[in-house]
Amino acid sequence: MSTVAKSPQLEAPPTATAPRAFDVEKVRRDFPILQMKVHGKPLVYLDNAATSQKPKAVLDAMIRYYEQGNANIHRGVHFLSEHATEEHEAARETVRRFLNAAEAHEIVFVRGATEGINLVVQTYGRAHVGTGDEVLITAMEHHSNIVPWQMLCEEKSAKLRVVPINDSGELRLDEFAKLLGSRTKIVALTHVSNALGTIVPLGEIVKMAHAQNVPVLVDGAQAVPHIPVDVQALDCDFYAFSGHKVYGPTGIGVLYGKSALLDAMPPYQGGGDMISSVTFEKTTYNKLPFKFEAGTPHVEGAIGLGAAIDYVNALGIENVGAHEHEVLEYATKAVSAIPGVRLIGTAKQKAGVLSFVMDGVHPHDIGTILDQEGIAIRTGHHCAQPVMQCFGVPATARASFALYNTKQEVDALVRGIEKVREVFA
Amino acid sequence: MADLRDLYQEVILEHSKAPRNYRELATANHKAEGFNPLCGDHFTVYLTLEGDSIRDITFQGSGCAISKASASMMTQSLKGKTKEDAEKLFQNFHRLVTGKAKGNADQPDMGKLAVFSGVCEYPARVKCATLAWHTLQAALEGKQDAVSTE
Repeated sequence: MSTVAKSPQLEAPPTATAPRAFDVEKVRRDFPILQMKVHGKPLVYLDNAATSQKPKAVLDAMIRYYEQGNANIHRGVHFLSEHATEEHEAARETVRRFLNAAEAHEIVFVRGATEGINLVVQTYGRAHVGTGDEVLITAMEHHSNIVPWQMLCEEKSAKLRVVPINDSGELRLDEFAKLLGSRTKIVALTHVSNALGTIVPLGEIVKMAHAQNVPVLVDGAQAVPHIPVDVQALDCDFYAFSGHKVYGPTGIGVLYGKSALLDAMPPYQGGGDMISSVTFEKTTYNKLPFKFEAGTPHVEGAIGLGAAIDYVNALGIENVGAHEHEVLEYATKAVSAIPGVRLIGTAKQKAGVLSFVMDGVHPHDIGTILDQEGIAIRTGHHCAQPVMQCFGVPATARASFALYNTKQEVDALVRGIEKVREVFA
Repeated sequence: MADLRDLYQEVILEHSKAPRNYRELATANHKAEGFNPLCGDHFTVYLTLEGDSIRDITFQGSGCAISKASASMMTQSLKGKTKEDAEKLFQNFHRLVTGKAKGNADQPDMGKLAVFSGVCEYPARVKCATLAWHTLQAALEGKQDAVSTE
């Protein structure tokens, strides 16, 4: 039931004189939407695993780009084009530092984690997975890390193997070791489960996979908002995440890949920007990362994402993680104490997510009643139907937390759930 | 602000807890499955048709209070009716839950089904209220594929 302590040195309670490491009330003022009322009640936004709200700094950066910097990039010699190119590439460098990648050209801008995964499937996957080969995923993947591989396996007559999870929602490492075999061509797995909140022990998994010369792709969409990610320390081969889940805009995401792998991969899409020269006889592809970025990119998206990462960095991802950990622990205790409520996903190491079901009440009804209280949660299968099957439920209610959520909001959630019980008494 | 009790009326809650005609129908000569992929609701509607007449109708499956109560009350209101009656009732029910019947003098008396009038204040729940009816339509038409609200 407990969650991982991100940074033990931050666990000490602040003394009366010491400045607070993390002032959540101050943070909340940075997010204009949090002032909103919904159905006459203050908005309690607990659907952050679906998408996060945006701080003013991100909105300002994108407006500034359109008011004072808009031009197409990598093309013109004029002032604005050079300026836009610089800003776009500065955002790439911000992402590189955020993930601690070795090189900026290992950061490919994509639409989101889904496109990042599809890029790898369509290039690396199609080149390396053949008849009778195996792709190894886990039982807690989001549909975005299942379906693209399923399509590939069907095309190549390959086999999709699935590492099971235990009753708490933790990955069965013993089963992973058994399933990892000579036919395994790639391991693709989530860093943090969107439906359960489980943090996967990636370091161990990568070591085991690399011992068999199998590369590892990580879906980091639910991890980057909550825990520090160092792709060099993890030694993973690919890492994908979405900007909008980490306080950036929609439509922008990142695929990190090791240089050597990206270099050897064929391009994903053809078009402008991804070429060095084109004749009707032959096209020479551009260098990394541009080889994978056909067409005019989502410039303001990249700039917005850069601003979002700057925002998180200014607070410190460790501080963010420690705060969220505290709120999640508080919520876990409070919600699990409500009679008739069962938590789905009780891994020892968790981040951001509290999934639950209630005796005799369908999650959809929970969602509607909470909404009337101004509380936004997600109900349904969370694009992870196989996870629901593991736990024998058609759907769950999911509260998911971000850096601006408070214990008072958890109290509101608990009152809302009590109201659900009253209506259905 | 819409009152929750307009949506979750006593009759609806009661039907959701103790749905009527909730069983597989051995004599069924028509059946169809319906899904709401958004929330995972899943129902099967069984029909015994004699000519154009609905001799018996039952359902099974899982879903939220609104979808289950709607399915339950649908089976109650259709037993003994004709296919044509069923189609007409669905049309009127659809108008009711989408709010198109509001202030409309032509809206016929919906009988017990009128308890679903609160649904129109909750657009996200219209699909819940109509899932069983869509499934019924598929069963009447003898469609083999499962229907989906999406």
